[in-house]
Amino acid sequence: MNLKRVGNQTVVFANPPVILSSYSVVGPKEGQGPLGKSFDKVWKDGINGEKSWEIAESRMLQEAMQGAMDQASIQKEQVDFMLAGDLLNQIISSNFAARQMALPFIGLYGACSTMALGLAVGSMLIDGGFAEKILVGVSSHHDTAERQYRLPTEQGSQRALSAQWTVTGAGSVLLSSSGVGPRITSATIGKVIDFAVKDVNNMGAAMAPAVADTILNHFQDIQLQPTDYSLIASGDLGGVGLGLACELLKQSGIDTGTNFTDCGVLIYDDTQDVHAGGSGCGCSSVVFAGDILQRIKAGELNKVMLVGSGALHSPTSALQGESIPGIGHAVVIEK
Amino acid sequence: MMDNQSSSKPAIPVSPEKYQKLTEQYTPKPTVVKNIILAFIVGGIICSIGQIIINFFVSLGLARLEASTAATATMIFLGALLTGLGIYDEIGKFAGAGSIVPVTGFANSIVSPAMEFKREGYVMGVGAKLFTVAGPVLVYGIATSIVVGFAYYLLH
Repeated sequence: MNLKRVGNQTVVFANPPVILSSYSVVGPKEGQGPLGKSFDKVWKDGINGEKSWEIAESRMLQEAMQGAMDQASIQKEQVDFMLAGDLLNQIISSNFAARQMALPFIGLYGACSTMALGLAVGSMLIDGGFAEKILVGVSSHHDTAERQYRLPTEQGSQRALSAQWTVTGAGSVLLSSSGVGPRITSATIGKVIDFAVKDVNNMGAAMAPAVADTILNHFQDIQLQPTDYSLIASGDLGGVGLGLACELLKQSGIDTGTNFTDCGVLIYDDTQDVHAGGSGCGCSSVVFAGDILQRIKAGELNKVMLVGSGALHSPTSALQGESIPGIGHAVVIEK
Repeated sequence: MMDNQSSSKPAIPVSPEKYQKLTEQYTPKPTVVKNIILAFIVGGIICSIGQIIINFFVSLGLARLEASTAATATMIFLGALLTGLGIYDEIGKFAGAGSIVPVTGFANSIVSPAMEFKREGYVMGVGAKLFTVAGPVLVYGIATSIVVGFAYYLLH
């Protein structure tokens, strides 16, 4: 029995799960960005009165998940599983949010691809008949990521032009087996692809091959083309990675056309001094939970592919000279 | 590697070697000239301030060497203060090596981890992480000075 599996890496849902509601919470820098108005809540600062940035990130994730439930008027007791992930060691932001939520919890780690991964796994659980309602939540925080992956935040140094800025934000999506809203129709689970990029200041370049590979396999599995989609949005390739992904797809015989974009490119503008764009799993989660879903609901977009992109390295592996493995997970959302 | 080219499992027809060239092509080049000029100007300003402070101490009657030591301590204090006020990282973003190389940058590299890791406690946080940035500079700086010291001793 393998009815829902199509091709090599794709699942097509028999009863596509519905996105009942979504909620996004971001930090001030994201609020000032070009998508500022699309977010449900903008914090005045990154710490929000908490005693540490880590606890603040966890609180942000909780607010996003609670917000998604409130928007759909769904009580916590009606939710079967909570799926969440973030960038911190042992995904503590999610664990601590789950402690407060007290829901059956599945922790996910897909680095910055976690929103797409959560939507894919959540949809499989619903379409598989294991759950009726699933709450997906994903967060990242600029300062928690900086201190874990890079330098102390007050250290005076220059960032590379290819470096990206970790988004402070949490996005949440409530999936349901029934109801009204955009539907998740298929998902392509990515393979880990490593094209031997070792530069941790150029994560877009490290992830671009994985994104291109997943898109290539998605089209092959499902027998469609880029023109069949109104928007294809990668997670957080940033300016450098987006250009490289388009180039790789072109060389693979796929014309991405003009409807291919990247959440990391959309979230900030050139005046915000972020260099190659946004990153972090909060990036694609808030852009999806905010701008993209709003445009789908408004009828502006009919069929969207979100390809979450993750760099699966750690500071330890990078120091030991290992290259950066990348992954891309795709989910297709239809109005 | 990406050599699986059968039609049932599509793969990107680019080798990691070729991808490295593509990456170089798509990655913006560092603005070296601009960085050097800004580092020169800001580093020069910081050192000029240091010189002014030395002259000030000399005018108060300190000997030249003692004035230098006092001025260094003053610059370290200023670097630490600006780090604590959240200003030094902004200068660093702009000036690069110009604000890293002077002793104020060294102060910044010690004070910023101290601030950052205070939340993990004074022993395993501040104590253990204080030299995460400056540690390599101290280790190799001291090691080099020992080697040079020996060489000086042997030659004289």
